[in-house]
Parts: sequence; C-alpha cells; structure tokens
Amino acid sequence: MPETAVRVKTWPSHGLHVRTPRYLRGKCGVIERDLGSFPNPEELAYGLPGTPPRRLVRVRFTMAEVWGAAAENPADTLDAEIYEHWLEPVEG
Amino acid sequence: MSTDPEKTLRYHDMGGLEAGPVDLSEHDYALWEKRVDALMVLSTSRGLFTVDGLRRAIEDMGPDAYETMSYYERWIYSVNRNLIEAGAYTADELAARLQAVAARGADYATCSLAEPGDA
Amino acid sequence: MPHDHADHSHDHEHHHEGMSPSGHPYRKDQDGPLTHWQAMEIAVRELLVEKGIFTPAEISAAIGRMDARSPADGARVVARAWTDPAYKARLMADGSAAAAELGCTVDALKLVVVENTADTHNVVVCTLCSCYPRNLLGLPPDWYKNRAYRSRVVREPRKVLGEFGLDLPDTTRVRVHDSTADMRYIVLPLRPDGTEGWSAEQLAALVTRDSMIGVGVASAPA
Repeated sequence: MPETAVRVKTWPSHGLHVRTPRYLRGKCGVIERDLGSFPNPEELAYGLPGTPPRRLVRVRFTMAEVWGAAAENPADTLDAEIYEHWLEPVEG
Repeated sequence: MSTDPEKTLRYHDMGGLEAGPVDLSEHDYALWEKRVDALMVLSTSRGLFTVDGLRRAIEDMGPDAYETMSYYERWIYSVNRNLIEAGAYTADELAARLQAVAARGADYATCSLAEPGDA
Repeated sequence: MPHDHADHSHDHEHHHEGMSPSGHPYRKDQDGPLTHWQAMEIAVRELLVEKGIFTPAEISAAIGRMDARSPADGARVVARAWTDPAYKARLMADGSAAAAELGCTVDALKLVVVENTADTHNVVVCTLCSCYPRNLLGLPPDWYKNRAYRSRVVREPRKVLGEFGLDLPDTTRVRVHDSTADMRYIVLPLRPDGTEGWSAEQLAALVTRDSMIGVGVASAPA
C-alpha cells in the first residue's frame, strides 16, 4: 500500500528476462501508488501464461539513496514500477 | 569485455552507466521499419507472442547487437525468433523464402513484392 | 534547442530534396542495397500472409494507425487539462480513461500523467528498452531509444536536460520516471504565462512533444 517502505531484492538475473533494473537493486524506497495486477513478464517472455498475476507498484527513491554521494541533487527523485516479488519489507 | 553474465547478457539494462552527450538528431522511419513495427503489433494482437518475448530475445543478443544493429534490425531478429518458437512457420520455410527474396533484385523496393501504395 | 517537430507545419509541396515532408532526412538504408534484415522483414511478412495470420491490408492499416498518431494527440489532452479542471482531475486519477475520452486509446497499457508545478519538473525515460506513450505521441525520437539518454537521465537528469536547452534551478525538484513495466507516462507541462482566456485549440499549439516527455517546457505565446 502507498507510503510503505520497501527494498528492492538483489536477486541475480543471470541471463533471465526481468523488469527490475540493476541500478535499483538493494535500494530502499517508498511505494508511491498501487497499480494493480499484471501477468508476470518473467514468464510471458518465454511463452508461459504469466500466472499467477503479480501486483505492480510504483516505488519512489531519492537520488541520494540510489546514487549515494555521487547524486547530482540528493533530494531529486526516481520513480520506477517494480513487481511485488522483487520487493521486501524494510524492517523498523 | 567482461565475462560476468550480468554485464554481458544484460547489456540492455543501462540505467546509470557512463555515456556521452545525447545526440539530438532525428530521422523519419523507413517503410521497412514501419512494417517491422506492424508485424510486431499484429503478431501480438493474434496472441503469437508478447512484448516480453520481443524484449527477451533482443536482450539475449548481447552487447554487439546493440552496437552494430539498428533498432528495427534487432526487432525483426526478435520477431522472427519468437514466431518460429510459436510455430507460425518453420526454419526451413524461412530459409527458402530468404533466398527467394534476395534473388528478386538488389534493393528493398524491388525485393518487396507489395505494391508501393500498399502502405 | 531541441529539434521538436510537433509544431512545424507540414508543407508537402515545398519539402527539401532528400528530406521527408516533416523535414527530417530519410534513413540512408531506404534506398541502398537490400540488407539481410530487410530481407528478413519481407520473408516474415510474406510467410505470415500466406499462413493466413494477417492480410496485407491489415499491415497497411497498422502502419496507417502508426502514421496517424502524433504529439498533436497528446497536446489535445494537455490543453484540455489546462482548460477544464474536472477533466484534469479525471486525467490525473486515470490517464487511460481520460485520454480515451478524447479518442486516444492506450490499449492494455495504462497511462500515468505526471504534473509539473512551479517547483517540480518531471521527465520520462525507459532504461530497459524504450517504452514510450506512442498512442499519444507517435513513434519515439531516436535519442529516446539510444544509450546516452537511457543511461544518463536517471543519474544526472539536470545535466541531460541542460543538453536539451532546459536549465532548472536548484530549487526545482526533479522527478525522473523510469517506465520499467506496464505503465506509460506523459508529463503535464506547466501552462505558459500570458495565455489567460486562450481556447484549448490555441493552447494545444504550444504543447510540444518534448514538453510531454519532460525534456522541454511548453512554448511561450508568440
């Protein structure tokens, strides 16, 4: 749900089709909005049915979180769509 | 070149990497490029494969394809691959047709049998 | 300045030698020797037609739909949002449904509209491929699909926007949107000053393609 803090998993994707960009893996952000469920693209890519559908959310990251000290402007933000199975809760 | 599969096979995943200035020049798409696009749109609308399948086969082409082939060249490679996987036609049929097409002439307009006004 | 042909008049009678009606060069391989990949396009198309999967007329119609779409479609949506607060509210809540009201269907994908304000500027990219709101803006410009834009705009958006001629003050918050999955994005640019009382039709002429991607802003009134 919106406002929830999440971290992008660091699963390797070794040659597999995924829609979670490398530069966001391991980064923490906040769910900006829930987008509903979609067939899983990681299955559709191989001609499989993509079931069960996966919830997709928009996650907002700060540039400070994504790029650390190299951020061009730390308070600027980056939003990306991430499927729920690529997200884990942030403790505390 | 790196042998790390995350870096080689996932070359499309380029967010945050170093690159030069943005080249702002533009071109209009050629007819053959628009036809590749149409083949993709119609194939997916017929349920033959998905845009995810298109992306997957392009991603598996590796870095060289990104550096040496144009956008719609990568697309037609991938459209063909997905169509063969879907059983739309066989590799033999494709090979025979490629030969026949090339035998028709020297340029695209001559080798494409469709009427000029077709699109 | 970014080359943005959204507001060019398309003069079909006086275009330059070797240039298309929209004023761009045709890609060189249009008339050169047949390439392997062009032959592949011909072969695949013919096989699919012979198998009865689709007809030449359907291919022509698909290209016709492609050619019919242009940034003018997105501009109508933006201008309506500038002039009709209730429409704008619907657009922000459900971009696909609101675009469909104006005849722009976004198919199975969903349109998300991100709004620029006095202190926020949005810009859209697809780092993984080149997802683009083609139903509202037509086919993407080359730079949107190329490595420099895709790799850099998520890391140094201000520097990249500067290369498009858009220099933002530090006080403006930049929000980059990476179209990683099933959404498509357009930016709702700021309505230019000095356009009070303008009609939606007048305003639409100020809405450039680049302003809806977020690498530019709407044109100032002449």
